[in-house]
Amino acid sequence: MRIEAKHPRAIRWFHWINFPLISIMIWSGALIYWANDVYRIGVGDFTLFHFFPDFFYHTTGIEGRLAEGMAWHFVFLWLFALNGVAYVIYTAVSGEWRYLAPNAKSFQEAIQVALHDLHLSKKAPPARKFNGAQQIAYTSIILMGAGSLITGLAIWKSAQFAWLTALLGGYEAARLEHFLLTLGYCGFFFVHIAQVIRAGWNNLRAMITGYEIQEGPWQKE
Amino acid sequence: MAERMTSEPDSQNARRMAGMTRRSLLVGGAAALASGAIWEWIRTRRLDNGVPWPLRAGLNADEELTRDYFSETRLVRTFPPDAAQAGRPNGSIGIEDDLDPDWKLHFGDLKLGLDDIRALPKTVMTTELKCIEGWSRIIRWGGARFSDFVARYYDGAPDADQYVALETPDGDYYVGLDMASAMHPQTLLCYEMNGKPLESQHGAPLRLVVPLKYGIKNLKRIGKIDFSDSRPKDYWAERGYDWYAGF
Repeated sequence: MRIEAKHPRAIRWFHWINFPLISIMIWSGALIYWANDVYRIGVGDFTLFHFFPDFFYHTTGIEGRLAEGMAWHFVFLWLFALNGVAYVIYTAVSGEWRYLAPNAKSFQEAIQVALHDLHLSKKAPPARKFNGAQQIAYTSIILMGAGSLITGLAIWKSAQFAWLTALLGGYEAARLEHFLLTLGYCGFFFVHIAQVIRAGWNNLRAMITGYEIQEGPWQKE
Repeated sequence: MAERMTSEPDSQNARRMAGMTRRSLLVGGAAALASGAIWEWIRTRRLDNGVPWPLRAGLNADEELTRDYFSETRLVRTFPPDAAQAGRPNGSIGIEDDLDPDWKLHFGDLKLGLDDIRALPKTVMTTELKCIEGWSRIIRWGGARFSDFVARYYDGAPDADQYVALETPDGDYYVGLDMASAMHPQTLLCYEMNGKPLESQHGAPLRLVVPLKYGIKNLKRIGKIDFSDSRPKDYWAERGYDWYAGF
């Protein structure tokens, strides 16, 4: 049994600070979305699912709070953006990006990991800091964050960035893209939590303390 | 990155790990409590025009940034005339009573009729009206540029750091604009909508169209226009919304 360093302190802080910040952004975004909740999954008059059903609004208490939502959203966006930019700069400068950026093999490996996690394959994921599926997921979530800032800017300052709004397909398209990215975060969150539970305490503890317990002979990355 | 920390016996390693975990959880717990406290502190602050004052300060800082670092003459997107859609009236505060047949636009000491506005050069533009609720409509507006109106009916030029206050004849609805947004070439005193005279529900006889701002600033049935040296009162800004509300 050995204790090995896994996640640098800076990355742990960026990760945990992001959690309340993105929660505030999603919650305040929901307060805003409620005022014009037009998105649904359906064809013609048939609606399979409406974003969002009344019981969701009732139980979360987000009805009739547009002004409040806009105030939180347009203040906390700066902290959300700052934390994200700081994370990207840190990973670039420290070299941590090498563990995080997907490479040519990541995609094939990601499929292998997914099959293993769904109990369709017995081949265990590679024992690296981040496997291919993680590399793709953790890089995608950063790109999605950038996407939220860009689509958000196109909505918020559609005159100053008229070219950007046009590039995204117009004001209403930018709003839809901003919303879909948020759904993406929620999807990421549930898979992430499930995987953290699956991986166990040693893995989660590494994101808290920075260190991980390794059994067996030590080998260099 | 993986580095060997220790090769001590397992029991010592387990103790060391437990100690690190305890310290990290204490720091993390303190950080979580601190963020909860910040949240609660913001949420419970005295309201400044309907929103906790730290958030109001943040909105005002956003406004300062916008006015200092963004171009005040950049144009909003325009659309081909046939892209125009039907209007979607929303809100009748200030236009609930019947229009006074002797309606006049009060501008300083002047009392102007609709013909005085029609006498100004006519501008037609097809722009997107964006409601603060999140929907939008493309409308073909016809009217006089606010800047042309000022050039014709105001003696001299208003200062760039002044503001424009507009309100309905009954005073029930009122908005304030920064001078740059008011004098923007796409800010109209509008009497036509989609090629027809403006309807009552859309603000007849004369309304403000300022596509640089959310719909809440596009005041219907203008009764009075004034310049002021400080930020004029604004109906929705008093109810928790951003005063600037500009794109």
